[in-house]
Amino acid sequence: MTQNADHVLDHFDLFRGPEYQEMLANKKKMFENPRDEAEVERVREWAKTEEYKELNFKREALTVNPAKACQPLGAVFVAVGFEKTIPFVHGSQGCVAYYRSHFSRHFKEPTSCVSSSMTEDAAVFGGLNNMIDGLANTLSMYKPKMIAVSTTCMAEVIGDDLNAFIKTSREKGSIPEDYPVPFAHTPAFVGSHITGYDNAMKGIISYFWDGRAGTIEKLERKPNDSINFLGGFDGYTVGNLREIKRIFGEFGIKYTILGDNSDVWDTPTDGEYRMYDGGTTIEETLEAINAKATISMQEYCTEKTLPLIAEHGQEVVALNHPISVKGTDNFLMTLARISGKEIPESLARERGRLVDAIADSSAHIHGKKFAIYGDPDLCYGLAEFLLELGAEPTTVLATNGGKAWEKKMQALFDSSPFGKNCKVYPGKDLWHMRSLLFTDPVDFIIGNTYGKYLERDTGTPLIRIGFPIFDRHHKHRYPVWGYQGGMNVLVTILDKIFDTIDLATNVPAKTDYSFDIIR
Amino acid sequence: MAKLRQIAFYGKGGIGKSTTSQNTLAALSEMGQKILIVGCDPKADSTRLILHAKAQDTILSLAAAAGSVEDLELEDVMKVGYRDIRCVESGGPEPGVGCAGRGVITSINFLEENGAYEDIDYVSYDVLGDVVCGGFAMPIRENKAQEIYIVMSGEMMAMYAANNISKGILKYANSGGVRLGGLVCNERQTDKELELAESLAKKLGTTLIYFVPRDNIVQHAELRRMTVLEYAPDSQQAQHYRNLATKVHGNSGNGIIPTPITMDELEDLLMEHGVMAQVDESQVGKTAAELTA
Repeated sequence: MTQNADHVLDHFDLFRGPEYQEMLANKKKMFENPRDEAEVERVREWAKTEEYKELNFKREALTVNPAKACQPLGAVFVAVGFEKTIPFVHGSQGCVAYYRSHFSRHFKEPTSCVSSSMTEDAAVFGGLNNMIDGLANTLSMYKPKMIAVSTTCMAEVIGDDLNAFIKTSREKGSIPEDYPVPFAHTPAFVGSHITGYDNAMKGIISYFWDGRAGTIEKLERKPNDSINFLGGFDGYTVGNLREIKRIFGEFGIKYTILGDNSDVWDTPTDGEYRMYDGGTTIEETLEAINAKATISMQEYCTEKTLPLIAEHGQEVVALNHPISVKGTDNFLMTLARISGKEIPESLARERGRLVDAIADSSAHIHGKKFAIYGDPDLCYGLAEFLLELGAEPTTVLATNGGKAWEKKMQALFDSSPFGKNCKVYPGKDLWHMRSLLFTDPVDFIIGNTYGKYLERDTGTPLIRIGFPIFDRHHKHRYPVWGYQGGMNVLVTILDKIFDTIDLATNVPAKTDYSFDIIR
Repeated sequence: MAKLRQIAFYGKGGIGKSTTSQNTLAALSEMGQKILIVGCDPKADSTRLILHAKAQDTILSLAAAAGSVEDLELEDVMKVGYRDIRCVESGGPEPGVGCAGRGVITSINFLEENGAYEDIDYVSYDVLGDVVCGGFAMPIRENKAQEIYIVMSGEMMAMYAANNISKGILKYANSGGVRLGGLVCNERQTDKELELAESLAKKLGTTLIYFVPRDNIVQHAELRRMTVLEYAPDSQQAQHYRNLATKVHGNSGNGIIPTPITMDELEDLLMEHGVMAQVDESQVGKTAAELTA
């Protein structure tokens, strides 16, 4: 059954043919030192036990499948949200290839990002020359309006000083004296991508507000009525930011989204390649200092950025990825309070529709148990929504969640009768999650694409919400914030619930007495 | 409150950097200054005379035990010693492994983020050896130490190190605000030591701010893990450190951008003062026996 030009088999079928099957069996027998099947089975079953879970949770020196990425990924996320800005990662090339492919696989769009290509000599002598040449090349080749610099592990370990390097680059003429180059140290071995978001956003804001790294006078704030908006690191940024613009529009509030990457990750196919598209302009970023307040949709993405903004005299508000009715209520009431405007009737009606939809489907969601993993704010937003639906977020795990987040999650559980048996796991990984899915089973997992291994191993259906989503397309186009976002999340959860019921009731004359047309 | 002064002591290993800095800082605290010492040497011995302790728990060892730096509180790492001088040691790996420079970066970031510099008049960094990597240059980055004091002696290698450190300062001086505050000569009783130190200072564009004479009392105090200021406050040596402290205190804003010299110039300097006999090219690489033959 080998293939030829007239009969091309895809990889699903090709490797199931007898010749490949035989080859694979031989390979296993001769080269893979196969263990006794029974022993493999015994260990597989043992890994499902309470005993194994206890050992697993005592694990110290090893992390297996952490649900987080590294700081520069967050820095690149921020940088592409500014107009005609190219992210410049000071470090080795492989790191940058990772950020680009990671985003491209999720958004199905190219992600432009350059590296200073440090090699062994740079590790020994420092990366100054790479910075000088890199900035000059980037400017001449890609003509950005701004270059936003971050760092990888390598540059951080040898202690390259971005501030000094960029100043020297200006002196050496690789970039003009007044060309904007905001920067942030983002050691990849500290924190996660949400820390990187925070550092990079803080870096850009402080650069423009506080005198461009000591080269000009600091800006003076002249307060106005505008509101700044920070989305945080968000896999739904395309859909979410468009939804947020609509909401601000309904209110009629003047606003600035700092780091608007909704266009660059959703460029049209119309014959023109757009390396840059949309984004917050430098003028808007400068003007943002005058705003009345700044709202962050994700507290744990902006732990350093918000205090910096507060120091400049603005009110700052941190939310936790609002998905629930309550979460969006809080968001809209905050907007109303700060702007002094009424909540528009159009949004009030949307709220009513979401409540209606929740009521229509509540029989199917009520009492269902969920295991959630992802970034701390996303986990919080999802758990809050599930509790509202009468479901139980039994297991909530964030590898990049800390002690403060743990407390906040626990307080959320304590606020609802459905939270009584729920547990929060900060700093744990997906191998911990695997144990928990065996010993404390739930009905559904909510997580990113990597959850498909958990689904396969434990038989718990996966609802894909999070970042990255590589194996389903276009999810990032649909908001998960606002009442409309809540509706999308509700539908996503319901679809999986109904698919699961259908699968469990589809055997003719056996289980199909429940294979219903109407659910 | 007066503006926070940030200073740093650099110098070749074994030159008496930690001893000089701790005695000077003890004298500064006698003058009513509130002081924080940040030890940036993996040996973690920059604060032992103030704390009377062998070695204090370092930021990095505590972080390693706790899992990460984020798990630490300031109180865990900051100890209070003689005259309420606050002490932290950044610490670092055992010789031969890891990266001590990165440790300095991690520690200083931690201290800044956790408000260690609040309610303090002086922060003093004690940094090992030459500026060997970006990490050891951390204290001289922008918005950190404003003045560097190089501890040296009349030995050729100590002068060589002082010159190297000046090169490091020069690198950062143009882009940031760091300046060379001056040289401190710790007497080794080598030939024409004072003259040489003054000459080197002149070449570097700075001054020798103090010449600390050698006195065994330093050794005695050190064996008791004390500064001379505490062990023998009335001694002549204690007075020397007080003089040095007064000079440092009055030196605010007087730092300069150094003008480091080449190895050849340094050798010339030694020859000029007759420490090294004039050597011509034909003699290089010849043993003593060969030369007399």
